[in-house]
Amino acid sequence: MSHVKSMRCRECGKEYPVEPLNVCELCFGPLEISYDYDSIARTVTRRSIQDGPHTMWRYHDFLPVDAESAVDLGTGFTPLIHAKNLGRVLGLDKLYVKNDGVNPTFSFKDRPVTVTVTKALEFEFNTLACPSTGNLMGAVAAHGAKAGMKTLVFFPSDLERGKIVQASIYGPTMVAVDGSYDQVNRLCSELADNLPWAFVNINMRPFYAEGSKTLGYEAAEQLGWRAPDHCVAPAASGELHTKIWKGLEEMGDVGLIETPATRMHLAQAAGCSPIVEAFQSGNLQVRPVRPNTVAKSLAIGNPAAGPYSLQVLRQTDGTAVAVEEEEVAEGIKLLAETEGLFTEGAGGVVISGLKRLVEMGKIKHDEVTVAFITGNGLKTLEIVEDQVDLVRTAPDYGSLQAALDGR
Amino acid sequence: MSVTVRIPTPLRRLTGGQDKVEAEGQNLGEVVAFLEGEYPGIKARLCDDSGELRTFVNVYVDGEDVRFLDGLTTATGSGNEISIVPAVAGG
Repeated sequence: MSHVKSMRCRECGKEYPVEPLNVCELCFGPLEISYDYDSIARTVTRRSIQDGPHTMWRYHDFLPVDAESAVDLGTGFTPLIHAKNLGRVLGLDKLYVKNDGVNPTFSFKDRPVTVTVTKALEFEFNTLACPSTGNLMGAVAAHGAKAGMKTLVFFPSDLERGKIVQASIYGPTMVAVDGSYDQVNRLCSELADNLPWAFVNINMRPFYAEGSKTLGYEAAEQLGWRAPDHCVAPAASGELHTKIWKGLEEMGDVGLIETPATRMHLAQAAGCSPIVEAFQSGNLQVRPVRPNTVAKSLAIGNPAAGPYSLQVLRQTDGTAVAVEEEEVAEGIKLLAETEGLFTEGAGGVVISGLKRLVEMGKIKHDEVTVAFITGNGLKTLEIVEDQVDLVRTAPDYGSLQAALDGR
Repeated sequence: MSVTVRIPTPLRRLTGGQDKVEAEGQNLGEVVAFLEGEYPGIKARLCDDSGELRTFVNVYVDGEDVRFLDGLTTATGSGNEISIVPAVAGG
């Protein structure tokens, strides 16, 4: 049973019935789902969650859909790993890595999409669509296939090969736009206005955004029902950062954990860091930028949830850091060499951002810290291709010995 | 100096359902004032109390975000297409 009350404009508070609509008609503010938290608190216990499936659907009471009809590929409840080796390098005793690169389509985007596609069927849409920086389109294409829906994905044509090939294999219509993500997003917004399609991150955005809260729930449960002292999340639109926090807050509100005092940090790459720039200059609004970064999954120059991400930074005493472009690959390599986990560009940004936060003295050695790794390294081989170092040899024992000499 | 303005759904009640209207103005601010004359109430939806474009409204002149140009003083002229697009999308 869903505990949803209505939809509400986050800016002016106007209430709306639950329908595929993302924008307030009065002030253009974002609509958000509002829940009956008393009802959730009466229904949900730690035990009821633990008895649920080993997926994010164990938290269905906090989601705006009915779990029985979920379009589910087995998303979520991904490993939270005590990263002792990486922690030793960085000087952190209680560092944890939330590895969301092992989701069904290899990124956290399965979380928002499983919720959205379930809701899209409930609304009786036949067609799914999205603008994407790469990870989202894989998730949308896969869930569209599972749901038997017509699916179209729109993306900047310069995306990494792995993301394009992966998404195409599920059989959607692939629309490569010769432009930036922000341009793709604008085109899709205009298209969404005129077509009866479920654009997962446009007209379906209120439902989509809720899926990312489950990263916060899982991290808290896996830490033994407590919020971390610090979270470090990557930021593109800023929505993930705000929704991890919303998840932690909700768990506190319904009494599953103590009221969280987590500091919510975020990281962007220098080539696209509009939220960091606003944070550092003390602005509450984000000035858009033109992205030029190897971390393409974070290449959003005009972040929709930027103002709210800035609010969360302030409210939780978090810090926003930008890492240099070369630190993206360094972060990927560091996580791989210490923990055996291979992440994509956004994960490299998170690891290098975490390192920066420790150097800045923002995180103390004994504080519980969760770094959110949101995508799999096989999606962005281009970023680390030049790190490949081969030992070449002829197929005889002498040559092999010579080749290995000194290794 | 006629420009075409694409109207998003939340504003179409004010334009009698039209998704595209013609307007006049040497810059975006003048175009907004012109629209207000034709479709009373539209300016308050686009601009906040201080007269600036609202946070969650993106305006494009021939596909370029006016925040990369000169905001409400961005020059407009014959044949320009202006798009008003809700900002809360994507990501």
